[in-house]
Parts: sequence; C-alpha cells; structure tokens
Amino acid sequence: MKIRAQIGMVLNLDKCIGCHTCSVTCKNVWTSRDGVEYAWFNNVETKPGTGYPTDWENQSRWNGGWTRTKSGKLQPKQGAKWRILANIFGNPDLPEIDDYYEPFDFDYDHLKSAPEGKAFPTARPRSKITGERIEKIEKGPNWEEILGGEFEKRSQDYNFEGIQKQIYGEYENTFMMYLPRLCEHCLNPACAASCPSGAIYKREEDGIVLIDQEKCRGWRMCVSGCPYKKVYYNWSTGKSEKCTLCYPRIESGNPTVCSETCVGRIRYLGVMLYDADKIEEAANAAEEMDLYDAQLGVFLDPNDPEVIKEALKQGIPQDWLKAAKESPIWKMAMEWKVAFPLHPEYRTLPMVWYIPPLSPIQNAAEAGAIGTDGAMPDVKNLRIPLRYLANMLTAGDEAPVAQALERMLAMRAYMRSKSVEGVVDEGLAARVGLSGRMIEDMYKIMALADYEDRFVIPTTHREQVEEAYDLRGGCGFTDGNGCSTGMSKGSLFGGAKKPLKMPEEVRG
Amino acid sequence: MHNFFFGIYPYIALGVGIMGSIARYERDPFTWKSSSSQLLRRKQLVIGSVLFHVGVLFIFLGHLFGLLVPHQIYEAIGIHAEAKQLLAAVAGGIAGVAAIAGGIMLAQRRLSDPRIRATSSFWDTTILLMLIAQLALGLISVPYSIATAEHGEVIKFMEWAQGVFIFQPDVAEHIIDVPLIYKLHIVLGLTIFLVFPFTRLVHILSGFAAPFRYFFTRTGYQIVRSRRQAPRNPAE
Repeated sequence: MKIRAQIGMVLNLDKCIGCHTCSVTCKNVWTSRDGVEYAWFNNVETKPGTGYPTDWENQSRWNGGWTRTKSGKLQPKQGAKWRILANIFGNPDLPEIDDYYEPFDFDYDHLKSAPEGKAFPTARPRSKITGERIEKIEKGPNWEEILGGEFEKRSQDYNFEGIQKQIYGEYENTFMMYLPRLCEHCLNPACAASCPSGAIYKREEDGIVLIDQEKCRGWRMCVSGCPYKKVYYNWSTGKSEKCTLCYPRIESGNPTVCSETCVGRIRYLGVMLYDADKIEEAANAAEEMDLYDAQLGVFLDPNDPEVIKEALKQGIPQDWLKAAKESPIWKMAMEWKVAFPLHPEYRTLPMVWYIPPLSPIQNAAEAGAIGTDGAMPDVKNLRIPLRYLANMLTAGDEAPVAQALERMLAMRAYMRSKSVEGVVDEGLAARVGLSGRMIEDMYKIMALADYEDRFVIPTTHREQVEEAYDLRGGCGFTDGNGCSTGMSKGSLFGGAKKPLKMPEEVRG
Repeated sequence: MHNFFFGIYPYIALGVGIMGSIARYERDPFTWKSSSSQLLRRKQLVIGSVLFHVGVLFIFLGHLFGLLVPHQIYEAIGIHAEAKQLLAAVAGGIAGVAAIAGGIMLAQRRLSDPRIRATSSFWDTTILLMLIAQLALGLISVPYSIATAEHGEVIKFMEWAQGVFIFQPDVAEHIIDVPLIYKLHIVLGLTIFLVFPFTRLVHILSGFAAPFRYFFTRTGYQIVRSRRQAPRNPAE
C-alpha cells in the first residue's frame, strides 16, 4: 500500500447557474497572455452541446485518454510509446486552433474616434493571431451558450449515445444543463504518459498535475493525449500549458480562483487519500462500466485506524489526515455517493467529480400522471434523461446516477418535512439508504454550503522540503529561468516571438 | 581565403554551435523548443513536415557516417571509394528530393499563410530558407558526383572532415581543388552549425534525446515528483 494524498474537487451541477464567473476569473489570472488567448483552463459548457473544443468528448476522433488493448494492456489511445514518437514530426490527432476558435478582439477605439457619419460606429473584430479583420466570427469559447445553434449540430453530443435523441429537439421536451470543466488532475494522467520529454508530472504531496515549462519541448503529444482537451499549446511560447489547480493558493490553504469566486457556491475542495499501487489495475478494468467502482476502490478510508497508521508511517502529515476526515469530497463521493467522475471510460481516473443536476419533472402539466412514489417524484420522470447523465458520469451505468438523484430528492423532501411540517421522516432517509443524520449533514454541506464546509484545504508543509533561511531575498514566483521572466525581449536565443502589433486606425 | 573557410571557419562554426547550445540550455531552457506551428495551421504541415524531417534526418546521418567513419573501415567491408560515392549520391539524392519537397511545402506555408507569417520570427523563416538552399546545393552536386565518381572526391571530403576533428594543420589543402558547388555546400553547412544555437534547430538535440528519455529512463508511463524526498542540502 502506497498512500498518497490528493486535493480533489467536486462540482455540484445541481446548483450551477452558468454565470461563467469561474471562467472569467481564471482567465484574468492565468491566460490573459499572448498565445493562450484561445485557452480556457476553466470553461463552462451548455449541455447538450458539442462543447469546447468542438466534439472534444468523441475519442474516436481525437484518440485521447487510454485504451485497453486486446491483450489486456493499458496504453494511451493515441498509441504506445513508439507510436507516439513516430508521430513526433506531425501529430495526426492534434486539434487546430479553429477547433477551439480563432481568438479575436474588437476595434473598440473606433467607437470614440470615428469621424461624424451617417451610421453609428461599430467595433469590428480582428484576429488576435494575425491582426487581420475577421468578417464573421465562426466560433467562440462558449458558442452553444443556453442551447445556441440548431439541435442538429448540438445533438452531435457524444452523451446522446444510446438515446433516441430526436424528441429532445422538440421545444416541449428540450432540456439543458451546465458543465463547468477544468483539468481533472487525474490519478492516471494521459497527458503525462504521452509526453516524450517527461515534462508533465504529478505532485506526490497533493496530486496536482503540472507541466515543467523548462522541460517542455513543444512535441504537443499531451494536447492530443488529454481526453478532456485541457492541455493547451501556447502558440507564442511554443510550450504546453494547463490548469495548475492554482497551486500557489492551494499550498497556502486557499481555494482555487474558480472555486473562490463561484457565485453559486457549487465547488468543493478537499483531501482524498488513495492507494497509488492500485491505480494501474483500476484504470485497466475490463469493462468500462466497472471503472467508476474501480476508482472508488483506489480511495482509502481516512477514518480507518490501519490507514491512518500506515499514512503517518509513510510521511503524510497529521493535519492532512485530519483534513481527509473532514473532506467534503470524501463525503460526497464515498459516503453519500452523489458525486461521480467525468467520463470514467477514458481510464484516466479523474479527480474533479460532479454531482448530477436534478431537473424539472417532464410533462408537469399532466400533474396527475406523475409517478410521485410517495413524497418523491420518480427520477425517471426528470427532464434530463438518466441515460444522458450516466453516459457523462458513469460510462452509461444508470443505477448509481439514479441513486444519487433519489438521495438529493430525499434530502429535499426530508428537510421540507422537517422545517415546514416539523416532522422528522426517518423513513424517507431509510428508503434511499441513508439516515436522518446523514441527510442533515448532506443538507449542511450541499445546500447551505458554508465556506468552511466547502473548502477543507490543509497547507503545504514547506518546512519539510526547504530551509526558509536560504530563500530570503529570493525572487518568489517566476516563470522559469530563475529570476528572469523567461520572456526577455532581445534574447540572443529568440525568447519571445515577434509581438503582435494590432493595426491602428489612420486618423484623417 | 580558402584556408579561412575550410581551415578556420569550421572551428568557429562548431565552437559557437556547441558552446552556444550549452549556454542556451543552461541559461535559457524555457526557450528550448520545437516551435511547432501545427496548432495554427494543420494544412500542408503534417505531410510537409514528415517528408522534410525524415529526408533531412537520413541525409544528416548519411553525412555523419560517410564523412567521419575512417576510410579503412569501408575498405575492410569491401566498399571502395567509387562505390561509396555512387551510394552516397543515389541514396542521398532520393532523401534529398523528399526533404526539399517537404521543405518547399513548409516554406510556402510559412511565407503565404497569414497566421504562420504573422507568428514567424526572423530566424524561423531564415533557417528554413537556409536549409532549403543547402538541400538545393547538395542536390545540384548529385549528377556531377555520379558522373565523376571515379575521381574519388569523396575521399578528399572524408580526409578533410576527419582532419578537422584531429586538428590537422593545413587541413584545407585536402579540398583545394574540388569544384565550387561542393565548397558552397560546405560553407553554408558550417554556417548552419554556426547559427544552430540561436534558432529553433536546437530541438534536433531534444528530438534525439526524446527516445532515450521516453524509453530508457522511464520504465512506466507516469512521472511523480516529490518535494518531500528533495535533498535538504542548502546548496541545492
């Protein structure tokens, strides 16, 4: 047993309002630079839709993630090591920037500088790559916002697999949900496995997956290797970049920027203990539907005295074990089983999990016909098809998703009964396999979602790895190259690319 | 003049190439990269790049072994000067055609595609044109080389190249009477070594290192870094 700790995240999709505050704050902090204008370490997609980059979930097209070969071996879907090396001169699975979108800006200055004319001045778009005029913007970071575009296109969504989707194109039957996405900081990251330079690594102490910018050589195999398409090639620096889980914040015990600023308070951060020796076996489960259960089997119970004893022996700090016991991630993923990994069938064992959303009851007009199943409606009557959520979260297995939704409905019914009628209905809790106490705990964490309950983040133990005395007078957080920013203008070694000069309007 | 280009310039070019690469790797590893533009425009890149790289690699290794392996070894395995020159010209010619075809596709893309043109640095374009010119010079010499195989010019080049590496005095004398086309090819070739550390060409070294890193120093697929195991030596 090799015990490691990981900072995991859960997103409660039931509460996401699709405001994009997470995306925008992330962008402002991390990707408001040349070369990554098109990159969103965090983005929010409206589902059903093909997402960003377009059709990212379709791995028969992109060959991301892992595959189990006929002989039962686990290897990256884009190929074993020799295959990846053979593609080094031209990566056949790399998306083009147009699969994301061509970054653009607008001639805002024209609004105030335009000469007097008959027509009201407008700010027209320009490409952020070439500076040239874009006559028509073909795509943006959130092109299908609130079901934008025809159903014909949106319904290419991979999660419609095995669903008679035509009826969901009808106005009366339509449904939607939001899916905020970021790097999954996988236990079995396919990006790291695909990197020939060995620049991508997982940190042992907190499980954050990072790219060493000084070791990255721009072979681009990570971009195609990641099935979530959450590694981005910076076309200006020629290096790949990805979500860092805001590690400087995490190390000091603060939530990531996306979590901190989440208006709906849907994001949770906490410690998960896992057994690193079980990763490969779990990722290599024979049936895709078993992958969710296999990943649950990798996690270790932080309340088990044996686990605690062994963890201390292996050097996991005491406060991390305490945080693991209070971890909202552990409770939601393991105790209540309401959170699920995103696309476990990619075999990456992702560590950003999702609570499926409840949705209005289908055919609510025919109120009499609704199967209420006692005090609770039947989850099969919910507007979002169960199979759709299962395709997204459990490789198509509907039972765990149904149970999670029932538990969430039971929580509502239980609390309504308790606070409105003053009746504690233990029977309701028992019917979904919980106790009243657990439901009240669920309510506290999932519904009230206080700051301290959402974010249980122990600080990094830097005293174990460095002498603070040696660090005084250092240059703090840099972009590589010691105290240099790594972006020196007149570098002999061709540091930065030619900076883009946006054409300026000629004034008469 | 002849002595400068073939007796002194090789040392300047190789010296700057090697020392410059070391300095860049040490001082500015962030800039060490392949500078791929595939993300911005896929069209023409995959086929052009594969043709170009495979062709150039073949030619590069051909030159390396052809020039630096002592002639006695070739004689010992029964390859005489004339046969060697023919082999080099024919095999090199085929690879050269592939490489220059790929190179022209890449250059056409780099010069005409607005996205690639806008994001190219001076050296991105220059080094590509230099390589194409070098391939062209090499290819022009091929018919001549085949026609005059019995002159054994290949021996002169081997003696010159090996002489450079063993610091032979008057090394330029070996090739004093070879045709101008070869001389131009050599001078441009040395110039490419000279500018090597200041261009994206440094990714060649990473390309050669990648298989070793990927296969031999890494047994599995995953990499985990620990700070806890980091040495507590203050010098680190």
